Amino acid sequence: MRTLGLFALVAVLILGTGFLQSWNSALIILNMGLVSAIMALGVNLQWGLAGLFNVGVMGFVALGGLAVVLTSVAPVPEAWAAGGTRILGALVLGFVSIAACVLAWKRLPRGRRGWAVAVLSIGGFFLYRAVLDPGVEAVEAVNPAATGFLGGLGLPVVLAWPVGGLLAAGVAWVIGKTALGLRSDYLAIATLGIAEIIIAVMKNEDWMARGVKNVIGLPRPLPYEIDLQNDPGFVDRAAGLGLDPTTASTLYVKLGYSLMFTAVLVLVLVLAQLALNSPWGRMMRAIRDNEEAAEAMGKDVTARHLQIFILGSVLCGMAGAMMTTLDGQLTPSSYQPLRYTFLIWVMVIVGGSGNNLGAVLGGFLIWFLWVQVEPIGQWLMNAVTSGMAEGSWLKAHLLDSVQHMRLLTMGVILLLVLRFAPRGLLPER
Amino acid sequence: MEILNALVALSNFVLIPAIAYGSQLALGALGVTLIYGILRFSNFAHGDTMAIGTMVTILATWGLQALGVSLGPLPTALLAIPAGIAGAAVLVLLTDRLVYRFYREQKAKPVILVIVSMGVMFVYNGVTRFIIGPDDQNFADGERFLITAREFKEMTGLDEGLALKSTQGLTVITAVIVVALLFWFLNHTRTGKSMRAYSDNEDLALLSGINPERVVMVTWIIVAALAVVAGTLYGLDKSFKPFTYFQLLLPIFASAIVGGLGSPLGAIAGGFIIAFSEVGITYAWKKVLGYVMPESLEPSGLVQLLSTDYKFAVSFVILIIVLLFRPTGLFRGKSV
Repeated sequence: MRTLGLFALVAVLILGTGFLQSWNSALIILNMGLVSAIMALGVNLQWGLAGLFNVGVMGFVALGGLAVVLTSVAPVPEAWAAGGTRILGALVLGFVSIAACVLAWKRLPRGRRGWAVAVLSIGGFFLYRAVLDPGVEAVEAVNPAATGFLGGLGLPVVLAWPVGGLLAAGVAWVIGKTALGLRSDYLAIATLGIAEIIIAVMKNEDWMARGVKNVIGLPRPLPYEIDLQNDPGFVDRAAGLGLDPTTASTLYVKLGYSLMFTAVLVLVLVLAQLALNSPWGRMMRAIRDNEEAAEAMGKDVTARHLQIFILGSVLCGMAGAMMTTLDGQLTPSSYQPLRYTFLIWVMVIVGGSGNNLGAVLGGFLIWFLWVQVEPIGQWLMNAVTSGMAEGSWLKAHLLDSVQHMRLLTMGVILLLVLRFAPRGLLPER
Repeated sequence: MEILNALVALSNFVLIPAIAYGSQLALGALGVTLIYGILRFSNFAHGDTMAIGTMVTILATWGLQALGVSLGPLPTALLAIPAGIAGAAVLVLLTDRLVYRFYREQKAKPVILVIVSMGVMFVYNGVTRFIIGPDDQNFADGERFLITAREFKEMTGLDEGLALKSTQGLTVITAVIVVALLFWFLNHTRTGKSMRAYSDNEDLALLSGINPERVVMVTWIIVAALAVVAGTLYGLDKSFKPFTYFQLLLPIFASAIVGGLGSPLGAIAGGFIIAFSEVGITYAWKKVLGYVMPESLEPSGLVQLLSTDYKFAVSFVILIIVLLFRPTGLFRGKSV
């Protein structure tokens, strides 16, 4: 009942935006809400189901974005000829030296292994750089204004969504292997760090995805608005609905995304619900509620944690790929931890941790607020400052600062919910 | 001569910046580690506590400058630090009263407190941006340099110059004084001893009649002071930008964990380890090596292990290594 009511409220809010502002902005909110809901589901798997604290959502989301470029952009043959194989070789070499270190640590006797690992890792690093650097230089020199990177595989963009999940899974495995099994805060700090590093790599490794020069004009799974407007059949149908071709085409594309995203969300939600109610889900909650007891019953707590940490990160990576597809461009500098990590957390906590529907609800509701707080804040500030003298210093400052209201509002919402309704809007059953 | 030149270049580009940065990190990590020892959670709002305290200091500095007060060769901000500490202390005590105390009384799990501190971080961050804006603020005044590179070259006749920024000297001196005061307080005063007792064994401390609320209050005040001093020194040395302070969270936590969470001595050691590795790995060694090595072996490239944009990766890798091989840190901090 409560669930239905709250989802109806979200629907009313979005429809209200459609009627009051414009259907385009309503659909923009809806689409990002769908993406946010999937991210929130991922975090909810980790936190709600297993009690794992992942502060690196941004990193996994960004990996998804990277996956879009690596999968869907057409390859740049000149760059591949200039240094592609060399870079690939260097990556393989780097991987091999890390594997050799791990192997040496595991196989060699205690006394010597430290030195062996030190020699292998330092030697491996210099070798890797020696092979990589000329390749990178050659690739980045290829028409730097337009390309200067290797490009992707030129596959359909929808394929990038699972690929994004895979990339995220790989990184999550590495992090989970190191930080899980230690105290809970360590995972938080390790994920916080890896997220910053993923962004740093994406900003600086120009050969991969052009770094801060951004990749724009990514392939789309849907037709372009301009093509629709030139299609007489589409214009006729739009006219039949009483819409002008421009609005109709933008709505058509956005609606297309909404349908695709909804399909993914429903699929993920059904799977998450099934998992939650399966024996596996019960085991997870048992582990979360009492690790010692679960361990005594013979459950491998660390392995289960690793499993669910990877699953949750896969969802974040997928959602990240979907978001980049929606944007049509990859801009590494736009990834901000407050927006992509902490906001998702607010969604999960407000929605109700441990409840999948709650996470979805939180995704929509908090995204709606995030978008709409600014106009509301603007209005509020105008009201507050209306009594002040025109051109006063304070008035100008207050009006300028409205954009920072968002952070404050989200922080206050998070604190209030944690204090007074720690189980969220839709509590776990 | 060559060796001397190499030494000077090394001090100029690696040792001095790393010592200054290490002192700033150590002060930050001390705050994190104290909160961890006494209140038993990782305070994600620490970076933004630094930011907000520094902001108050900056505002006070501007006020003093407007009044025409100055310290001559020293930056005016030094006079404004007490105002910053007072502001930050009031803020964290208020936060503790309104937010953290509730969870402490409930004996909530540490991870809940971490999430709560994330909410506090949001609020602090919003307040900072709301009041001073997200942009860079430069508030250093007074003498820029103790020794400029040119003066040093004239003095010694070496090819390499050694520039010592006054903020760097100031950072080290202030850090030494603050750390000495802190250790004296922890080891020789009644309150300090009760803090250590509370950190070691909460139940035993409570049984022996230590007032926990008082210990917590004193801790917050000390942490606020450390955060403001660290933040102001960092701001003087580089510049003040709210987002940078949020990003400092990673090296600060890395320092605290590398040293061993809950161990003040470890926090200081960790701060310097992180700072030296960060600066050392991102510095282009060509110049120094060029002086030391024979001409035939002189390196052709920059000999920079990682570009400066990857400095976070350095603290992260060190953190991972410590977590893998010695999760309690070098100085055996708490592990639970």
